[in-house]
Amino acid sequence: MSTTEILANREYKYGWVTDIESETIPRGLSEDTVRLISAKKNEPEWMLEFRLKAYRNWLKMEEPRRWPNITFPEVNYQDIVYYSAPKQKAAKASLDEVDPELLRTFEKLGIPLSEQKQLAGVAVDAVFDSVSVATTYKEKLKKHGVIFCSFSEAVQEHPQLVRKYLGSVVPTNDNFYAALNSAVFSDGSFCFIPKGVHCPMELSTYFRINNSESGQFERTLIVAEEGAYVSYLEGCTAPKFDRNQLHAAVVELVALENAEIKYSTVQNWYAGDEEGRGGIYNFVTKRGKCAGANSKISWTQVETGSAITWKYPSCILQGDNSIGEFYSVALTNHAQQADTGTKMIHLGKNTRSTIISKGISAGHANNSYRGLVKIMPKAENSRNYTQCDSMLIGSNAGANTFPYIEVMNNTSQVEHEASTSRISEEQLFYLMQRGISQEDAVSLIINGFCKDVFLQLPMEFAVEATRLLGLKLEGAVG
Amino acid sequence: MLEIRNLHASVDGNEILKGINLRVNKGEVHAIMGPNGSGKSTLAKVLAGHPQYEVTAGEVIYDGKNLLEMSPDERAREGVFMAFQYPIEVPGVSNAQFLRLAYNEKQKHQGEEELDPLEFKDLLTEKARLVEMDASFMTRSVNEGFSGGEKKRNEILQMAVLDPKLSVLDETDSGLDIDALRIVAEGVNKLHDPQKAVIVVTHYQRLLNYIIPDFVHVLSGGRIVKEGGKELALELEEKGYDWLKNENGKPATTAGSAK
Repeated sequence: MSTTEILANREYKYGWVTDIESETIPRGLSEDTVRLISAKKNEPEWMLEFRLKAYRNWLKMEEPRRWPNITFPEVNYQDIVYYSAPKQKAAKASLDEVDPELLRTFEKLGIPLSEQKQLAGVAVDAVFDSVSVATTYKEKLKKHGVIFCSFSEAVQEHPQLVRKYLGSVVPTNDNFYAALNSAVFSDGSFCFIPKGVHCPMELSTYFRINNSESGQFERTLIVAEEGAYVSYLEGCTAPKFDRNQLHAAVVELVALENAEIKYSTVQNWYAGDEEGRGGIYNFVTKRGKCAGANSKISWTQVETGSAITWKYPSCILQGDNSIGEFYSVALTNHAQQADTGTKMIHLGKNTRSTIISKGISAGHANNSYRGLVKIMPKAENSRNYTQCDSMLIGSNAGANTFPYIEVMNNTSQVEHEASTSRISEEQLFYLMQRGISQEDAVSLIINGFCKDVFLQLPMEFAVEATRLLGLKLEGAVG
Repeated sequence: MLEIRNLHASVDGNEILKGINLRVNKGEVHAIMGPNGSGKSTLAKVLAGHPQYEVTAGEVIYDGKNLLEMSPDERAREGVFMAFQYPIEVPGVSNAQFLRLAYNEKQKHQGEEELDPLEFKDLLTEKARLVEMDASFMTRSVNEGFSGGEKKRNEILQMAVLDPKLSVLDETDSGLDIDALRIVAEGVNKLHDPQKAVIVVTHYQRLLNYIIPDFVHVLSGGRIVKEGGKELALELEEKGYDWLKNENGKPATTAGSAK
């Protein structure tokens, strides 16, 4: 087989910057910064205490540099802007009061927010740098008792709910980035689906980092009460900058008895250029707790962007018979690095988890799957099935699998399958002999490889994901 | 339709084809026979544009164009089809999805109308009957978990869908039982018409009982050493390939003798 090489990558389509006046606090991080952010958001005392506790924990913690299979230069946490918000009126009674430049920004990203053009069937919370710009379909959702709003608004309007669940899945001292996020998070989305309600539409948050100096620290909290169901989508893009930007989000999901949460992500942060200059450091903590019996949490992620991805969307299967799922496609090209996977912690009896991970690595990229399956003594008759497949494109890309399996009873079953493959020249030749161009042939093979994961995505997202992988790999095989 | 002149080709620096001359006209069926290692499959792959084979001399004119300058996908869109000896599996991609993409590429190239999934399904169902393939094969991944015979039938199905001008069948008979052989051969015969040409590459004569060639060319050591009509195939069946080597003044070897 002759060597395949990286030729080119199509221009990142979302790399433009919105010219807008922002209110930015001075760079640097101290207890005063935390107090300032909290004051800007007019937060109650308990919220400030939460932040300060996290900040004090963070000071004692170290960046996780040793164990993940990623390398990056030192991050100067005093050189980051921790709060940046487009200047506008504090309370937005209607979209008319939102800066038209912001509306145009989201429209250009394919997320129209104005009443006439809103996406059918999907409610969107649009987050720009540190704040939520607008949330669509709020009123319609309210009729069903569903709360879907920005995190800041939730702290003001639904403090009991936020206080009850915030930090209940990811404690403030969980890890370095989660602690940092808990101290300085500026906004994000809050969803609450009350008992017995099947959320009538998909909920979605679209994150946009615009400011080159700022980090993005958003917080998402989704609570599904007994018997409730919600499907939630997350999308993200950022402009092209030469310097790296830090994105350290925390997502917490809570599913009570018989509830189900389906969380899907298509991540397309700017990945840096071919030599690895610029791009987002995507250091994210996502975790769901199946708190009640028969509850279910399903993570589906398509990770195509970011210079570095460090994330392990996890499930704590506390309720008996609860189910955790993780479906992932992680694509790295050029100099991108990804260390991603999941943790399935089985606590309740008869709990089940499924992990399907597809890693695709091209160029000089490095792609690692890291997953923990932990079955505790009381989690009798639990089961896990893990399948990790890696695909390499070209001869300079790397793929690794780091499975950790801990089973502490003898009634449970764990299965692990792993494979590594390459797009072979024979496969390409076969498809091309039928009149399919080389690029389409690569796309077809990759999409076939990812099929089990794409099947889990909502329809529109699946189409977007398919298109995205094609774009990202354009010219990757030559 | 096809004119091969003094074609030399090598793989990894080893010359396999050492000056092939062959002319194929519309409506004709040609059989390329020869012992293992004679270069039969290499010839098929060179015509299809396999990247591993390097053409070191000679030319191939197809429909008035220089075939060797075209990429494999261009050749396919221009109507050159190769049925693979070992069809490749493409996990996760359904047969229907793959075939529709290929079909629409050809339609686009010829300025014809592309078909949506529903329209294409009708076409596919009709063509599948030709090779007696069940509808369930259309939703399965390309060649994945197919038996040897099913894979070969799938090749002929693709040929039926893409309707090529020049079809090259590379050892399509290998690994087929007698029923599958009949189905495949009948499929090829039904698809043949005076505007098209077929090149059948085979080691054995038995496929030629079903697909009757107009001309038989025998390849040995990268050259065509004997040519004739369909009766030449029968003669080979009877005498084996060693006979030709002797006739050419080369010592007979045990390797590559046909039974």
